Amino acid sequence: MNEQLTILLVVVPLMIAPITALFKSHTISWILTAIVSLTSLILSFIILFDVIDGSHVIYELGGWRPPWGIEYKIDSLNAFIALIVSAIACLSTIFAWQSVPKEINENNYGLFYAALQLCLLGLLGIALTGDIFNLFVFLEISSLSSYALISMGRSRKALTAAFSYLILGTIGATFFLIGVGFLYAASGSLNIADIATRFSTFADMQLVMTGFIFILLGLGLKAAIFPMHSWLPNAYGHAPSVVSIFLSATATKVSIYVLIRVLFDLYPVAYWQALLLPQILLVLGCVGVIYGSFRAWQQVELKRLLAFSSVAQIGYIIIGISLLNNDGITASVMHLFNHALIKATLFMGAGIILYRTNTTKLSELRGFGGSMPWTFAAIVLAGLSLIGVPGTVGFVTKWYLLSGAIAQGKWIVVVAILAGSVLAIAYVWKIVEAMYFNSKRKMVIQNVKIGDINLAKAPFSLSLALWIGAAGCLYFGLYTELPYQSAQSIATALLSSEVAP
Amino acid sequence: MINDLILRVVTKWLSPIIILFALYVQFHGDYSPGGGFQAGVIFSTAILLYALTYGLDAALKVIPETALRVAASFGVLLYGGVGVVSMLLGGNFLNYSVLADTPLAGQHIGIIVIELGVGITVAAVMILLFFTFSRRVDPE
Repeated sequence: MNEQLTILLVVVPLMIAPITALFKSHTISWILTAIVSLTSLILSFIILFDVIDGSHVIYELGGWRPPWGIEYKIDSLNAFIALIVSAIACLSTIFAWQSVPKEINENNYGLFYAALQLCLLGLLGIALTGDIFNLFVFLEISSLSSYALISMGRSRKALTAAFSYLILGTIGATFFLIGVGFLYAASGSLNIADIATRFSTFADMQLVMTGFIFILLGLGLKAAIFPMHSWLPNAYGHAPSVVSIFLSATATKVSIYVLIRVLFDLYPVAYWQALLLPQILLVLGCVGVIYGSFRAWQQVELKRLLAFSSVAQIGYIIIGISLLNNDGITASVMHLFNHALIKATLFMGAGIILYRTNTTKLSELRGFGGSMPWTFAAIVLAGLSLIGVPGTVGFVTKWYLLSGAIAQGKWIVVVAILAGSVLAIAYVWKIVEAMYFNSKRKMVIQNVKIGDINLAKAPFSLSLALWIGAAGCLYFGLYTELPYQSAQSIATALLSSEVAP
Repeated sequence: MINDLILRVVTKWLSPIIILFALYVQFHGDYSPGGGFQAGVIFSTAILLYALTYGLDAALKVIPETALRVAASFGVLLYGGVGVVSMLLGGNFLNYSVLADTPLAGQHIGIIVIELGVGITVAAVMILLFFTFSRRVDPE
């Protein structure tokens, strides 16, 4: 494979986003975005199949040799994350065709799509780079554009949600940067592989540990790990539908990817085992699962419910990482993919409901299932995946997670996962109950112009995107080769270089 | 402030000098401290000073908002364009050495052009930020 393809993943959105920003027409901006996301999807597929056997692709930016220059070192984990991000970008783009004209101010089409492409660029860049400072730059690119994207939501609450995300996100990024700075002061290098190989020469320095804690807190904020999740429900709840779909499925996942990189490739596992971090992460994960599910169950508004359920799902991923065995890591990595798929599908469902009824309050959607049977069927399908019913993607990850936990004899984890699943049944049932079982009453439809025929049925592109997602939930639940092989190869690679726990 | 004679005259005399200094910082950046970011900010202060003294409308006549938007995008394209050109010439992305006959000349051309891109974008975005915050009405 030609190495130049890897950098094209970043260069294509970088070149097309500024062009998109100049156009006001929705059609042109959408076509440009579609080109970008489709190209990235194809490129990530090519790269993933190239590295799935455990090999590396190395790209030196500007022809400067690492550790001085920036190096993109792509193994199966990088390629897998890039694939998740670009696949979700494709789905969101399909969804955007009819959803954006309704939700975004018509003067801002070009800017909206440009910000979406920049966000994609940042997330792809994080997934590819092997340089910790370059990673911070991409983190900022994706975060800054996501603040702008969230603030374009329809209600004025989107502005405050975006602002609180801006404050917390900036604190997170700053902490990460401070940590990187300390690590640089100790090691004199920014290249992840270079720092890792020379780690023992400066491992005793206090700076290294301080830096580690700063990096961990920064990433925890960005990834919305349990006690640092407060920005997430508002940000995803009030963002425009397309942005909720894209960010909920990718932004936190990519931050968790960075966390995995820091824990397994940057710092030696034995180093943070001595800090009792696996135990801390395990507890945070378990509490996050139960707390997130419980808060989701309390919500009365669909998008906020889904956002809180994201907090819980992030908890599962963290549990998998903290188990430190092959099954746990495999489950975590697969759940990055599976949860992206499930949550994107659910937010697409919520987006369609919002498109047609202008509300996502469960009380106002009572008995609405009969009017939109196909949309709700897809939502229920994705909801079942969220619970982890056999035959759906959610089951696969929970199975590996449970077997990883049982292998380690950590029964508390088993209890937490089962309790989380029961609560998941409760909050998914809450949606189902509202849609299908509550007595139908006169539907409340707000802010509709006279002669608006959009309400008649779900628009084609929205349904298409929704059903691609729902079909994915089923397909990858039954045929797990692609995510499983990638996750297996990733877990082996992550654990091989380290001492077994 | 439009009627203040001293301010008007000083602004008239100072603006070109600020712009000249910005260009110096821009193009001498590869030998001395400076570069695109600093130059862009200095350039934008000239326009800001003009807008503060003569009013926003006068400043918009000097640089219309559309031009600023185009310039902001053009700077990024210029930066990325250098990278793409070096890829087309057979190097890695942003490898300036292949841009000219000798690597030294190539590096020189490369850094000047990408810093120009940075300068244009930073100047345009700075002025756009100022206009956006000072206007307080819906854009366009």
